[in-house]
Amino acid sequence: MKRAFFYLLLISLVLWCSGPLLWQLITSLKPDAELTRIPPLLPENPTSIHYSAIFAEHPFLRIILNSAVVASATTALSLLIGSFAAFGLAKLRIRYKAMILGFVLSVSMFPPIATVSPLYMIIRTLGLRDTWWALIMTYTTFSLPLSIWILTNFFREISDEIYSAAKVDGCTPFQAFYKIILPLSAPGFFTTAILVFIFSWNEFLFALTFTSTPASRTIPVGIALFPGLHEVPWGDIAAASIVVTIPLVLLVFVFQRRIIEGLTAGAVKG
Amino acid sequence: MTERDRGNRYVIPALVLLSFVTIYPVFYVFYLSLQRRLLIFDISRFAGFGNYLFLLSDERFWNALKNTAYFTSLSVSLELLLGLLIALLLNRPFRFRGGIRAVVLIPWAIPTVVSAKMWEWIYNTDFGVLNYLIGSKINWLGSPFWAMNAAVFMDVWKTTPFVAILLMAGLQVIPQDLYQAARVDGAGSWFVFRRITLPLLRPVILVVLIFRTLDAFRVFDAVYVLTGGGPANTTETLSIYAYKVLFQTLQFGYGSTLSVVVFLCTGAISVFYIKLLSRGMRQRDRNVPPIDRGDIPVPPAREIQVKQ
Repeated sequence: MKRAFFYLLLISLVLWCSGPLLWQLITSLKPDAELTRIPPLLPENPTSIHYSAIFAEHPFLRIILNSAVVASATTALSLLIGSFAAFGLAKLRIRYKAMILGFVLSVSMFPPIATVSPLYMIIRTLGLRDTWWALIMTYTTFSLPLSIWILTNFFREISDEIYSAAKVDGCTPFQAFYKIILPLSAPGFFTTAILVFIFSWNEFLFALTFTSTPASRTIPVGIALFPGLHEVPWGDIAAASIVVTIPLVLLVFVFQRRIIEGLTAGAVKG
Repeated sequence: MTERDRGNRYVIPALVLLSFVTIYPVFYVFYLSLQRRLLIFDISRFAGFGNYLFLLSDERFWNALKNTAYFTSLSVSLELLLGLLIALLLNRPFRFRGGIRAVVLIPWAIPTVVSAKMWEWIYNTDFGVLNYLIGSKINWLGSPFWAMNAAVFMDVWKTTPFVAILLMAGLQVIPQDLYQAARVDGAGSWFVFRRITLPLLRPVILVVLIFRTLDAFRVFDAVYVLTGGGPANTTETLSIYAYKVLFQTLQFGYGSTLSVVVFLCTGAISVFYIKLLSRGMRQRDRNVPPIDRGDIPVPPAREIQVKQ
């Protein structure tokens, strides 16, 4: 009896979490005529018309490409710069260590709205408006605290003896970094990469401000400003939502353990 | 260690980028907030604290502050409550645990904009599935009373998983022998929850509260895409108001003043929580046992400490 109640709770939890997305999937498969009546809940004549529409009538492929480029470049840069910093903080002698860590942590608390107007002016001055670089620069910086934090935790767990042994064998700190520390903390890189990628894929405020045409517009902006002639094209929006959410759902299912590890790094471990 | 071991040079690229893209803009935004600057007319002159004086008498600002406070307090408390329930549920052993945890992560992983569009459709008055399921005809996003609560509800759906995952990790660090000892002593489950789980979870709860309160206070995309701040500004939060002043009316001076206020509020919130957190740690370090039953061993403080 108690067991049954427990599973009932679990099932409602699963429905609660996946229900809205499932409804969006159902919506994306309904022809327009069925969208404006309810019931029935399920589509009577399932159609893929909305999926072909978003690719045929909108620069949707270009927008996906923008997001993919921005998110991948951000991830690569954030890991590169973040892992250097984390290596210094975790394994080397460093001055003002507490201050640097505190600074990095406090930056992660900055509200984006507080920096958006000056960043807009800077980007305009640099002539970077409506380019990938404006977003890559901003995202890389705002994801650095997360990268540094998670990677520092991972590097700390590698024993100092291995690191010292490498030095005894004549490695410079940098060689020890990329020959010993990097391969040993591959899981940490992976975890960080997933989180940074998801953050850059989903960010909205900066993307909305710094982009103005499909040349650099990313997915969240594309979906928020979905063009409709007379009424809101709910079917097309649903199809677009499903297309851009699928990669994320796949990531979550394949790397669930890593994501949880990354989210909780530092917040819980002592 | 030799001179070559100096780690500072490894940190420099990160510090340069952080200074250029976050610290410099923060100074710049303070400077802008003291200006009267209209981007379209190329007007730019020093205004001192004029913008701040105007802010004090700006009813739309007070309205936005009130909305933000309402959104933050209601959504964060609901998320904490629901998150705790989900964490306790998921912390038990059962089959397909990995799969179910992945499902729980879905709302967290979905782009906020997509989630807002999804819920806008669910809330639709005539063809929305919500009205169909509960058999009503409520104009969720069009009525001043419901719109804000609908936004809170969406945010609760979206971010409770994050809260639950953090709390679950906190639950897993609690030493199992504590529970066994309590069970041997015949303690009921409510007693165990009140006297063991909650006190030992306190540091993690505080960390979750910091993250969530800061995030909710600066909320932008969720509400902006869902309602645009309407109807009649009843869902306009501080970030949305600042964004509109900045990029729709192009008043960069006053818009920056609003941004500075968001920044200062966020700072005050962080200081408040960090004080709370360090006070809790000091208490624990003085070895005040979290449980007042002498026969249950108290774990050493280090095991449950939270990084700062």
